[in-house]
Amino acid sequence: MTLRVDPAHVERVARELYIRALKILPPDVKRGFDRLASRETDATARSVLATMKTNIAVAEANDNLLCQDTGIPIYNVTIGRNVLVDGVALTAALRQGCELATREHPLRSSIVHPLTRRNDQTSCGIRVPVIYIAYADDFDGLRIEMIPKGSGSENNTFLRMAIPAEGIDAIKTFVVDCVLDAGGRTCPPTIVGVGVGGTADLCVHLAKIAATRPLESVCADADGAALEAQLSQAVNMLGVGPQGLGGDATAFAVHVELAATHITMNPVAVNMQCHSARRASAVLTEDGVVYGF
Amino acid sequence: MDSERVADVTHHEFSMPVTDAQVRALHVNDTVTLHGLLFGIRDATQIALFDRGRTTRFDLSGHAVVHTAPNVEKVAPSAMHPAGYAPVCVGTTTSMRMERFTRPLLSSLGVRIVIGKGGLGASSLAAFRELGGVYLALVGGAAALETTWIEAIEDVDLDDLHPESLWRFRVRGFGPLRVAMDSHGASLYDTVNGAARNRRAAALAALGVKR
Repeated sequence: MTLRVDPAHVERVARELYIRALKILPPDVKRGFDRLASRETDATARSVLATMKTNIAVAEANDNLLCQDTGIPIYNVTIGRNVLVDGVALTAALRQGCELATREHPLRSSIVHPLTRRNDQTSCGIRVPVIYIAYADDFDGLRIEMIPKGSGSENNTFLRMAIPAEGIDAIKTFVVDCVLDAGGRTCPPTIVGVGVGGTADLCVHLAKIAATRPLESVCADADGAALEAQLSQAVNMLGVGPQGLGGDATAFAVHVELAATHITMNPVAVNMQCHSARRASAVLTEDGVVYGF
Repeated sequence: MDSERVADVTHHEFSMPVTDAQVRALHVNDTVTLHGLLFGIRDATQIALFDRGRTTRFDLSGHAVVHTAPNVEKVAPSAMHPAGYAPVCVGTTTSMRMERFTRPLLSSLGVRIVIGKGGLGASSLAAFRELGGVYLALVGGAAALETTWIEAIEDVDLDDLHPESLWRFRVRGFGPLRVAMDSHGASLYDTVNGAARNRRAAALAALGVKR
């Protein structure tokens, strides 16, 4: 049985995913708020976390967006087994769905030309929405994940091309210093995404994958998993707190993603996700579409 | 001014605009709730006003501005939506990008209260002290809640910059917001950042960092 992907269907799904992602926070992030709130010792921080939790409830009750920032739209497509898809049509459909969501909901278009700063009011532009296509052999069908990446956290993205002589200490120090430098500008509590290894561009991409990974997930590499556990504890010793106003809850977690690298290289990148850690997904099969996170 | 002191913190209910005395009475950790007019500004708005010499027909003297670019819906102008825009989701953006505009906001336009998230820096703090201003911290990302405090979009100027237009909102019960930077030289962000930097060595030691 083969799924023949209908671009018109993908367009509707892409539209729906953008709006869903902006309105409903994933359950793992909601649990993350509960964990942070239950152990927060600072009175200001407790009140800030309570406001954030109230906002999640208000957004759902009023069918409204969680945050005003509609983000840079990202679509991560995973093509599973037994799928027939026209890649060019798929890409065009994602773009069209993104524009339809913006016009029809309506949503704020946050996207401008990088030089002229012109806003076409479509949430689309040169190479935006960002679209990544990957492949997997563990399911039949097509999975689309939508991430409206907020700019407050995205503006706190850092790359350091450390060298082998600096070792893993350079990676750890860099992460701590990035969290310190970002302070309240990232809308903490954050998910701190750390990329280690690869080329410079892959390293930053790994950091984005890490920052947008569900909470409670762990790095597939055992050493990477150990590192992210250590870093999660360390950044929460800093006391930056929710919104940078002080407190224990600086980050939900630090996530680490790895790639092999060159013998002369030791790159580390940090990309952060704000507390409104939004994402939505859909799996398309022959039976139809199932929405999730 | 209606204010109530609880412990060391005072809550203030402000009907906009405010006076110099009202602003200078505020201290960090006080809370403020606004009523009446509130103006929305953003990066492009302030680049237009302060770098490109554009002007606004709005009088911002004694008023509050919030760092925002809202989600709005174009509708037929009516008593409820006089500007032809209905608010969909009005939130707050990171203030620090707009640090260099704080002083001209106060000195040229007479703004007294800047509202945003994540805080402003040393030059803003100096402007608040010299010219009589404060920074109020909104919880960033809590825009669905913030939207319930907006009664209407009364008017809009510089709308060719949409969504980074100059917005005039009518608000009721906009808050409570925390005074995070005051006109007496105090900044909660400086306090928190200083303390966090003092904990850096302990965090690195916990990670086993040698050098």
